Amino acid sequence: MQFMLLFSRQGKLRLQKWYVPLSDKERKKISRDLVQTILARKPKMCSFLEWRDLKIVYKRYASLYFCCAVEDQDNELITLEIIHRYVELLDKYFGSVCELDIIFNFEKAYFILDEFLLGGEAQETSKKNVLKAIEQADLLQEVRLLTDP
Amino acid sequence: MPAVSKGDGMRGLAVFISDIRNCKSKEAEIKRINKELANIRSKFKGDKALDGYSKKKYVCKLLFIFLLGHDIDFGHMEAVNLLSSNKYTEKQIGYLFISVLVNSNSDLISLINNAIKNDLSSRNPTFMNLALHCIANVGSREMAEAFAAEVPRILVAGDTMDSVKQSAALCLLRLNRTSPDLVPMGEWTTRVVHLLNDQHLGVVTAATSLITTLAQKSPEDFKTSVSLAVARLSRIVSSASTDLQDYTYYFVAAPWLSVKLLRLLQCYPPPEDGAIRGRLTECLETILNKAQEPPKSKKVQHSNAKNAVLFEAISLIIHHDSEPTLLVRACNQLGQFLQHRETNLRYLALESMCTLASSEFSHEAVKTHIETVINALKSERDVSVRQRAVDLLYAMCDRSNAKQIVAEMLSYLETADYSIREEIVLKVAILAEKYAVDYTWYVDTILNLIRFAGDYVSDEVWYRVIQIVINRDEVQGYAAKTVFEALQAPACHENLVKVGGYILGEFGNLIAGDSRSSPLIQFDLLHSKFHLCSVPTRALLLSAYIKFINLFPEVKGTIQEVLRSDSQLRNADVELQQRAVEYLRLSCIASTDILATVLEEMPPFPERESSILAKLKRKKGPGNLHLDLDENRKERSVNGGTADHSSTTSNAKAPMPPQASAVPVLRSAGPLFQVFASPTTSTDLLGLGSTIATQNSAPPASKGASLLVDVFSGNTAAFPVETPVAVGPVADENFSRFVCKNNGVLYENQLLQIGLKSEFRQNLGRMYVFFGNKTSTQFMNFAASVVCQDALQAQLNVHAKPADPTVDGGAQLQQILNIECVSDFVDAPVLNIQFRYGGTLQNIAVKLPITLNKFFQPTEMTSLDFFQRWKQLGAPQQEVQNIFKARHSMDIEVTKAKIMGFGAALLDGVDPNPFNFVGAGVIHTKTTQVGCLLRLEPNTQAQMYRLTLRTSRGTVSQRLCDLLSEQF
Repeated sequence: MQFMLLFSRQGKLRLQKWYVPLSDKERKKISRDLVQTILARKPKMCSFLEWRDLKIVYKRYASLYFCCAVEDQDNELITLEIIHRYVELLDKYFGSVCELDIIFNFEKAYFILDEFLLGGEAQETSKKNVLKAIEQADLLQEVRLLTDP
Repeated sequence: MPAVSKGDGMRGLAVFISDIRNCKSKEAEIKRINKELANIRSKFKGDKALDGYSKKKYVCKLLFIFLLGHDIDFGHMEAVNLLSSNKYTEKQIGYLFISVLVNSNSDLISLINNAIKNDLSSRNPTFMNLALHCIANVGSREMAEAFAAEVPRILVAGDTMDSVKQSAALCLLRLNRTSPDLVPMGEWTTRVVHLLNDQHLGVVTAATSLITTLAQKSPEDFKTSVSLAVARLSRIVSSASTDLQDYTYYFVAAPWLSVKLLRLLQCYPPPEDGAIRGRLTECLETILNKAQEPPKSKKVQHSNAKNAVLFEAISLIIHHDSEPTLLVRACNQLGQFLQHRETNLRYLALESMCTLASSEFSHEAVKTHIETVINALKSERDVSVRQRAVDLLYAMCDRSNAKQIVAEMLSYLETADYSIREEIVLKVAILAEKYAVDYTWYVDTILNLIRFAGDYVSDEVWYRVIQIVINRDEVQGYAAKTVFEALQAPACHENLVKVGGYILGEFGNLIAGDSRSSPLIQFDLLHSKFHLCSVPTRALLLSAYIKFINLFPEVKGTIQEVLRSDSQLRNADVELQQRAVEYLRLSCIASTDILATVLEEMPPFPERESSILAKLKRKKGPGNLHLDLDENRKERSVNGGTADHSSTTSNAKAPMPPQASAVPVLRSAGPLFQVFASPTTSTDLLGLGSTIATQNSAPPASKGASLLVDVFSGNTAAFPVETPVAVGPVADENFSRFVCKNNGVLYENQLLQIGLKSEFRQNLGRMYVFFGNKTSTQFMNFAASVVCQDALQAQLNVHAKPADPTVDGGAQLQQILNIECVSDFVDAPVLNIQFRYGGTLQNIAVKLPITLNKFFQPTEMTSLDFFQRWKQLGAPQQEVQNIFKARHSMDIEVTKAKIMGFGAALLDGVDPNPFNFVGAGVIHTKTTQVGCLLRLEPNTQAQMYRLTLRTSRGTVSQRLCDLLSEQF
């Protein structure tokens, strides 16, 4: 996977993860182009499109669009399920996740993503294992907080 | 604010985010951000040392501001400080900031690396993971330099925790992608391969991704992964849906891992070991079967995961391209998806079928779905699906269905989306040309293209129709009549005027006998369009007029009148003015004889690769070699017989005049012949511009002479055969696939794909080698040379034409090899490729599939003749026999195709046993011709073959027998 973007129906970027080196300017241009392209598509259309030399896989969950760019040989359907699994993880962690959770706890959304995907590939596909890792980290935080002055 | 209590909330951050959300305008937001930035700056600069929590909070705010799209130019130092905090939560935010805002500030990088180093050696798995995630997220060269040796150690160390192993594997993958030269291969590689056996499926998943990436670059080193991957896949596929616990996803066992394993296997040819191969085939069959079972859940996730595995399995089947039954089954199952209610599945089925269409085994099966695909083109509501349908129709097109497909595409063109019109135009033009038996159909099709989508018809397309009309006498009269009729329309596209002007200028005489299209009517018709056209078209029309003066002396006066008018002679455009002046003068002073010579009909164009194909290739980008090969096949069919080649010879010998755009029309005797050169043709796409000045050269060489011969006798620029550079092993995985076919992908790694298309006639051959750059980076100092070693040097001549030294990212470079077989040979030449990619020199050596059987000419003969000769070739050294086990299924049709692909004529009804195959042909070499007879006797019960070769030369018998034995 080359990158993943989360954006709202209004076109606001909520999360961006880049697995290939690109300049800040290129990233902005790509995000802008893609957000426009995808928002222009109708609901019943297919979840895949060719874009430049990449394949775009996207799906809308409530007010948020999840969009992944994968390479030519990559599997579209499994990418679609990568998105779904990430949504499940967020949902389980936040408890019926909504866009606001991701806005206010953006750092958590990144941490969960890092436990799930690394370098653009699935690191751990078991929901339990990912959540266990995140909960352990949270526990570490709370323990420290209690002992802090 | 949401009620998340997990972890530590940062109140200040939440308030700030709320403030930003409440901003009514962009200006208000910027104002609020600037205020916050000033606040943070003063806090960071202040005298009071900040505690860890505040530092974390402010760094997090900066991160938020950056993610909103604003620039951040400070705070990096504070983030780096957080890295060395012993509080997990502070460390974590520090790492996140560094991962998102990478800065190649060198002082910081060493500090960051230092912190990472500490965490890696902390033996605390949570800290180690944070550090590994950071390396993987940043992936810069500096980090690769610092950690490329350390990460593999962590990965294979016995005491590393599973979760750290997973991070380490993917971290290494990222480093290998960004800086492959810095990741040392070593003894760890074998241990990585064994991770495929790990108990923890998460570790296996991560390791499989890593191994796939590494295997793409050095397949040899990871060969052992094939058997392990097959074993692992087999266990997953045969497990019950609950066996794998949390790795089962909506009743599908480990779909991610299955897909990854199937991907890994696509780095390799089918396993040679029969047992492994059998097990893999079983897996693939199980996957195909499972896809047919009733769904275990109505959830789309279930069907997606199941079908993800199915599609990947089909990709592997296509990649192996060796199991006809599986290919046909795959095709049938995809066929069911073509009418599925899920748009996604319809899209993927169309896409996947495109590749199936290029396999000889499944092409026919794909064709049976033509009606469904045409229907998709008409009824799909999503343009991206329709695009796939167009692609598939293009891929499944052959002589049998070309007329139907072209007609459907043409009618679709009228309503097609603007975004894909140009591509459809190119495809229709290519198909119409490729499968034209009757060139009137071709002319009609192209004129329809111009009529329906004139704006999308590029110059290449109309150049091509002219090239073809000029090269084919039989269609010229029809073309003239058709354009004349088409031009009658009150409003016609400018491209039609161009084609019309050119064709009537050349062949208007062929329809001038009809009083309805007399010379004057033709001229008036063309001239009525003149004032509506752009300058380049007008220039072309002026050239048509001077050609008319030669064709029809009776309209000379009228045309001179037009040329003489102020609007021509004093035209503000210098090109038009010059043409008018020069043509007028020419028509006044030249005698009829001179005019007739100067303005003679255009000579045939040199046959060359259609520029339309090149254009489509450019549009399609990389990774589409099948298409290219396909197109080149067309090249042959259009260029057809040898007569065309002889004209090529004469044209190629003529001196190349400079680019048309720079040359006035009448400076000396030479450039006169360029009257039709379009002034705007800055690139020589078709030779309209620059290879025309041939009439004053010697008359075309005798019709029988072949271009190939000429290349060898008169070629001064033959590429020197270089001595081989020190290279690694010579790749020959795909070599034997080319024994019975001439086109396909010869070699592929992560960077480069090499495709071949070749043609052979008698003892000569020509091979088009396509080097596809699969990356987005340019290859520098690209050089490919062919080496014939030892005895082969004297037996085979291979001349490589020089090619460009650079290959742009995503682009394809074509190199032509001319081949001459001097005497019979055994070894194969080696293609050495060298280029620079991202600073490292790449060396690749591939065995070129030029085999003795390529110089076969089939010979038909009767049963009587066959056995008479068979007896004549009865000397012991003339016969070579081999008895061997069948490696593929013993399909009669496939066997027939292979024997014909081998080059021999397949003789029906010769052998008394109808199940035997016999073939005959002559091997042509420069020094001698060798008659060959072959007989293949299958024994389906024993799954064995007996192959017998009899030729007049023992070495030839032996070689042919060796080559052909491997094919069954």
